[in-house]
Amino acid sequence: MAIFELPGWTALAPAVLLAATALALFVIDSISPTTTNRGLLAGTATAGSLAALGVAVWFVLAGVGTPTIDGGRGVIDVLNNQFVVDQLALFFMIVITVVTALVTVASYDYMEEHAYQAEYYSLVLLAATGMATMAAANSLVTIFIALELSSLPSYALVAILKDNRGSVEGGLKYFLIGALSSAIFLYGISLVYGATGHLQLETIADVIGNGDANDYGGLLGLGILMLIGGFAYKTASVPFHFWAPEAYEGAPAPISAFLSSASKAAGFVIAFRVFTEAFPVAQTASVIGVDWTVAFIVLAVVTMTLGNFAAATQENVKRMLAYSSIGHAGYALIGLAGISADGGALVMGAAMMHLLVYGFMNTGAFLFVALAEYWGVGRTFEDYNGLARQAPVACFALGICLFSLAGIPPLGGFWSKYFLYTSALDAGLLVVAVALVVNSALSLYYYSRLIKAVWIEDPIAERDSLSQPIGLYAALVVAAVMTVALLPMFGPVADMAVNAATAVLT
Amino acid sequence: MMIEALIAVALLGALVTFVAPNRIAGKLAFAISLIPTALALWLFSAFDGSGNALLGGELAFSSNVEWIQFGDYTISWFVGLDGISLPLVVMTTILVTLAIVSSWTPIDERESQFYGLLLFIEANLIGVFAALDFFVWFIFWEAVLIPMYLLIGIWGGPRRKYAAIKFFVYTNVASLVMFGAFIALVLGLGDGVTSFALPEIADAMVNGGGVQTALFGVDPGTLTAIVFVAMFLGFAVKVPVVPFHTWLPDAHVEAPTPASVLLAGVLLKMGTYALLRFNFTMFPEQVEAYAVPIAAIAVISVIYGALLALAQTDLKRIVAYSSVSSMGYVILGLIAYTEFGVSGATFQMVSHGLISGLMFMAVGVIYNVTHTRMVTDMSGLADRMPVAAGVLVAGAFGYMGLPLMSGFYGEFTIFFGAFGSELLAYSQVFTALAMFGIVIVAGYLLFALQRTVFGPYHLETDYEIGRAALHDIAPMFVLLGLIILLGVAPELIFEMMKDAVTPILETGGGL
Repeated sequence: MAIFELPGWTALAPAVLLAATALALFVIDSISPTTTNRGLLAGTATAGSLAALGVAVWFVLAGVGTPTIDGGRGVIDVLNNQFVVDQLALFFMIVITVVTALVTVASYDYMEEHAYQAEYYSLVLLAATGMATMAAANSLVTIFIALELSSLPSYALVAILKDNRGSVEGGLKYFLIGALSSAIFLYGISLVYGATGHLQLETIADVIGNGDANDYGGLLGLGILMLIGGFAYKTASVPFHFWAPEAYEGAPAPISAFLSSASKAAGFVIAFRVFTEAFPVAQTASVIGVDWTVAFIVLAVVTMTLGNFAAATQENVKRMLAYSSIGHAGYALIGLAGISADGGALVMGAAMMHLLVYGFMNTGAFLFVALAEYWGVGRTFEDYNGLARQAPVACFALGICLFSLAGIPPLGGFWSKYFLYTSALDAGLLVVAVALVVNSALSLYYYSRLIKAVWIEDPIAERDSLSQPIGLYAALVVAAVMTVALLPMFGPVADMAVNAATAVLT
Repeated sequence: MMIEALIAVALLGALVTFVAPNRIAGKLAFAISLIPTALALWLFSAFDGSGNALLGGELAFSSNVEWIQFGDYTISWFVGLDGISLPLVVMTTILVTLAIVSSWTPIDERESQFYGLLLFIEANLIGVFAALDFFVWFIFWEAVLIPMYLLIGIWGGPRRKYAAIKFFVYTNVASLVMFGAFIALVLGLGDGVTSFALPEIADAMVNGGGVQTALFGVDPGTLTAIVFVAMFLGFAVKVPVVPFHTWLPDAHVEAPTPASVLLAGVLLKMGTYALLRFNFTMFPEQVEAYAVPIAAIAVISVIYGALLALAQTDLKRIVAYSSVSSMGYVILGLIAYTEFGVSGATFQMVSHGLISGLMFMAVGVIYNVTHTRMVTDMSGLADRMPVAAGVLVAGAFGYMGLPLMSGFYGEFTIFFGAFGSELLAYSQVFTALAMFGIVIVAGYLLFALQRTVFGPYHLETDYEIGRAALHDIAPMFVLLGLIILLGVAPELIFEMMKDAVTPILETGGGL
């Protein structure tokens, strides 16, 4: 046992470290506002996110969140259960900080010619702070605040290329839809509060469980529906998905990677937590008369199908990846669709694994786009033709990321999709499992199209020799290596994900 | 740890070659590939296993480490060799080394990537034959596709993009069917099976009474039958048998010579090897029930494949279609379900790997100097390139089953085993029809040789034919030597194959 106990709030250290780094970046900028030291800014941001990652991993190893019976330190609650630090929170903090670190490393080169670099890095870190807080938030109020903390910097980041029409347009669309869905989400919170009289998640569940909310079934149902709307926005799922292609296409590519990986994961963690902690399936169904998993079954199938079909018709690589990220949101939604069944923890664990793997492979794919933008080769598949002749290492890394996204063995994406598939079958979701397989098979078409372009096709025009920016290359290669290197580690990862899901489900 | 070392050397070698300068990539890859070859030969000499790997046999060089635990099932890193897989591993390492040497002449762009992919394929092929956990096996099985797709798509002939995508889609869809079927089988086996280890599943199928529980409203008997058929179809594409063979000629004709060598030499054997390991080991009852249709498919493949070869005017296409025909013999030997039939089929896998490798190399050498493969474009090549022409003739005779070459022993034992099969109805008729296939094989090969190699010298394309380089000729002589060695002394590998095959037939209740 430790000789002295740290105060409880230190359990939020990963989020605190991210926030402190964001403030440190402001300080660095205010010391000498007229000059920009790229290395210092990117280095500080990366060091901050790596420190947060290190602390999160250390917490996991030290047994935070592991039940005390198993020799762990148990779940740590902060501010009267407004935040909890359990395995679910730590799992997603790891995903978020990893993506943040990759993105800040890549931005070192990508932002070379751009203004507002200090602001850029501190906004990224602030958004990451919001996301890490989302992972731990355990009350509808803290969830909403964390959600806004991650959203507001994101709007600015999408629009940070002020001279670029696409960037500004994407930022505006993102902001408008974000504002709308925030309003819906907040209204949903107020309805749930009206029906149950509480905002903290477990107490909501208690009220639902002891029948005090029985008179307000309709109100509660409407509130839950609106909350689903808020999650759909944050995870870029149907029906609030249509900001994603515009925002991802207009944004600087590292920011697209950041939003489509980290922000999506953060959206899922609050959805997982709210729906497992606050609205237990059976009791909630008896109050509102409907099983809410039905909504997620429909959303999962529609989202993955729409994302994949739309991706298959794109000519622009970044848009293709944007729609593919909608498709992957559909796969992860299976985690919520299957919760009512006996194997619910397995389904949710599989979805968590998918989000982790996705954090690497999707970030890698978007970072390759960032590299292409850095080279200035163009935006369409044809513009990418024959890049492997000049940059085989980067294209090899891209190939790994794309094949993994398509779910080709032995890469990480295959495993998480396979676990989603079997656990969905176990949970009796035959339709969802079939949709997953069909969509995966379809996705191979458009992913392999990009691989064919860079590896097999001949370039349509002569290109100058391509430089090898060290930051972008390092981030891209690390993302690809991790997609493969996860394989031997998949055992512990699977254990942690399933344990985390079991903990919140019971 | 020896198998891991074998795979690791090939993988690391692939990475090193991938980033090496183009100039030295070929020589470097050759030097690296000698290590797995030497290791595999050492494994061959130190082999101490017995019995069948899936049916309680003594495994050689095995290791079993728990990897992932998800729900009720455990996935393990489980590899090991028995008398069926070891000869295939040795053949793979030799063929890859020779394929690398045979690429020195034709491959003249992006060499480091090319040789890196060849070594990457080697690692995965070894993994396919050594894996004894379904997932480990499936990973390697699928990972073979990607490098082969790139080899065809980047370094292939004029229609390479079409051929590459056709190959990829065909075999990938087949894998998906097979994968889905196998998972359904494991789920259907119920609580008794808690891992994906193939021996455990085989035991549950053969000794444990097979599928007991209904799955999604499908009763156990029907489920087993569906799984058997789906897996057979999945593997049949890879073999390939008629009517799933149409990807093969396209892929072969467009692929660069070394890729063709590996495609015909090893990749097709993945299909027959998987059929033997899965369908013919785990489903003895279904094998009996579907014996006649499978034998019919085998005989049709033999005869139709040979007839297709007869109709071709492209040398490479002729060799490609002859593979369809030869693989038909393998299926016939398997379905006979007798000691000689199944071990003959296993022997024929190795034998055909060597012979078809030799034929593709010979055609490649001719193409390198003449820049044409059309039978009508050339005649009398023996006049200008006597050595290469001689090797081509020797390979053709190996195909036709000349005694004292490995092809003879393989086909003879298959016919011998099939003729006396009790499991297969009308086995004599099927065997006779298949033997008639040999006549057609001899027909198209002799016909093609007569027009290209013999007669007065004539060439449509105006290239100066010089002597082929030593490194073009040497690999073919190595193969020829091995073919004759196995023809003279088949017991070198036949005994261990028979030892590994016999348990299948005992549990299957056949002869």
